[in-house]
Amino acid sequence: MKNIWNFFKGTLILTARGSAAYYCWVGGLLVLMIIGGFTYVIQLNDGLIVTNMRDQVSWGFYISNFTFLVGVAAAAVLLVIPAYVYHWKPIKEIALLGELLAVSAIVMCLLFVTVDIGRPDRFWHLIPFVGILNFPQSLLAWDVAVLNTYLVLNLTIAVYYLYNLYYKREPNKKFTTPLLLFSIPAAISIHTVTAFLYNGLGARPFWNASILAPRFLASAFCSGPAFMILVFFLIRKYTRFKISDEAIQKIAELIAYAMFINLFLLGAEIFKEYYTASVHLAPMQYLLQGLHGHNALVPWIWTAMIFNVTAFMIFLIPDTRRNNTTLVLGCVLIFIGVYIEKGMGLVIPGFVPDVLHEIYEYVPSGLEMLLAIGIWATGLFVFTMLLRVAIPILNGDFHVADDGVDCHIGDNLFFLGKADREKRNVSVVEKTEGSGS
Amino acid sequence: MCNKTKCDKSAFQKSRRKVLKGIAAGVGALALPASNASASVWEAFFQKHFRELDKTELQQVLARLESEYSKEFGKTVNVKATPPIEGVKYGYGLDLSRCIGCRRCVYACVEENNQSRDPQIHWIKVLQLDKEKGVYLDHAEHYYNPAEVPEQGKFYMPIQCQQCENPPCTKVCPVQATWPENDGIVVVDYNWCIGCRYCMAACPYGARHFNWAKSKLPKDEMNPETHYLGNRPRPTGVVEKCTFCVQRTREQPGRYPACEEVCPVGARKFGNLNDPKSEIRYLIENKRVFIFKEDLNTQPKFYYFYAT
Repeated sequence: MKNIWNFFKGTLILTARGSAAYYCWVGGLLVLMIIGGFTYVIQLNDGLIVTNMRDQVSWGFYISNFTFLVGVAAAAVLLVIPAYVYHWKPIKEIALLGELLAVSAIVMCLLFVTVDIGRPDRFWHLIPFVGILNFPQSLLAWDVAVLNTYLVLNLTIAVYYLYNLYYKREPNKKFTTPLLLFSIPAAISIHTVTAFLYNGLGARPFWNASILAPRFLASAFCSGPAFMILVFFLIRKYTRFKISDEAIQKIAELIAYAMFINLFLLGAEIFKEYYTASVHLAPMQYLLQGLHGHNALVPWIWTAMIFNVTAFMIFLIPDTRRNNTTLVLGCVLIFIGVYIEKGMGLVIPGFVPDVLHEIYEYVPSGLEMLLAIGIWATGLFVFTMLLRVAIPILNGDFHVADDGVDCHIGDNLFFLGKADREKRNVSVVEKTEGSGS
Repeated sequence: MCNKTKCDKSAFQKSRRKVLKGIAAGVGALALPASNASASVWEAFFQKHFRELDKTELQQVLARLESEYSKEFGKTVNVKATPPIEGVKYGYGLDLSRCIGCRRCVYACVEENNQSRDPQIHWIKVLQLDKEKGVYLDHAEHYYNPAEVPEQGKFYMPIQCQQCENPPCTKVCPVQATWPENDGIVVVDYNWCIGCRYCMAACPYGARHFNWAKSKLPKDEMNPETHYLGNRPRPTGVVEKCTFCVQRTREQPGRYPACEEVCPVGARKFGNLNDPKSEIRYLIENKRVFIFKEDLNTQPKFYYFYAT
């Protein structure tokens, strides 16, 4: 118990230290979080009328972000599988970072759902035995169950692992391996359940297609790892943590497969709707071409299409995949592309035209966007804090001191400035030369 | 079997009460110094699900609501919780050949059921359709506004909750805040709904409406004869819907739903589906009848028919 407290105290000291760049980044996030907090207070006071959602489009920007982020969270498993099922060493070293991303993404998911519900004060109605969770009938009840399970699972694995490294103990594999293996179906389940949440509604033909869950998974396995690669590049450049090209290349390869499946499934869906041309075509027409002069989503979805296809080409051609500049470009394109396609591109056409074929064009209000930015900032803040602790631990820069009580902090900067980076690079070169000779 | 569930339920309620007490003590200690919350706020916060209230608890809840509403609206407000009448299943018939699209039903409903006047909530929506095209919603006019109705070449289709036998909306609710009653009416416990709006995504008829803002209901327009599951004033952030005027139709002697009563052309019919001699049964058996979106297997108890 005392050890846990000492570890916790150490992490607090650690996260409070950092370079000027680190303070700027965290400070910036805190400002955005505070702005988000204020907008939420306004929303609580006035009701959800401050959003642009209405009866016709009853879910909007919040739930779009939620859906996208479930995918990002689920995608962490793409690091766990090569690392722990195939015992591939280069990825094993970074799989933990994927789990931390999953934790941060789930935190954002839960926040997005919380700000979307009309009566957050009644959250306890969802707690089994205290309230009434309509399980197994409601898919939303399933989602509550799997999302929380996944959050606890990833948090347990990551914290247990880091805690033991901090105390220079070997983590007990008998404890971690079953949890890690369980996290694979759990990751697939959070995304499948979220897809089923939409999928099961006969009232909404745009979602009522059995291809939805597989498409969800395919696009998640693009966007999540793409974000991971970007984070890896940043970590590699600005901290002391080393990540091999080999690991990044492997992930890029997996993204290429996933994007192919995603585009194929999308094509299958487009074919079916357009060739049949039943009344159920309307939402897809609204998305891709505009309907009766309403076309708010059209420029967005085509941007997403172009981004996704371009990124696919980048990841497919070995030369561009191996070039770090084009690789980063591809990751950015995929992240934005899937964000549009899986977010607003998926949720809004479910409601436009609505069940009585009325068209209400939804565009998020300024307040909705500020609140969403606040939640993204919160997620990035959580992720930054987790990395601030995890990276020094993995580097051996943060561990228990020799007296067994205090902590040893060898990394007071976290984000390295230009001079520090050059120093680090020199030492890396020296090391490699030394080992080579 | 029956005994077992009862026993389980009471044990589970006891444990729940314990947990709630704990939470109440904890939260109360934290929040009380900062707030001037009255006891009734806490009672409302920890109120149980409607179907889990026993008789005395239900009386307490109704009394609390009555005093709250009476104070707010400056008149004596009754909140009943009349249960379904044994052996009755309500059905509604709508004669498309008679409806003239005057929307009197829309506004009679608003007056009867205490909907918010701003933003406006309407439980009934009347679509204007082309006679040439029939019930083809892609060409429906939702906000028609001519000097006079009916217009040449048009017909009108009022849509409200279809009170499905197989309701997709109740199935998806994550907290069982909405359910079909024994008389076939789908109701919402406005004090249990968390406002997630999943039911609105699931309803194929656009029959569910959300309180996006605090409901504006003028004191003098407030209808004080209310039902817990029906037309009592609704809090912000919850979903509401047509209940076939449960506050009227469940009474003995009962009254017709407000929309039925106000219809100037007799296009609306209401009755007991279980009574073979009822008018609604006669219409179903003898007229050309259809139900809306039949392919979704929601099994509406709202029948559109053509009498002429």
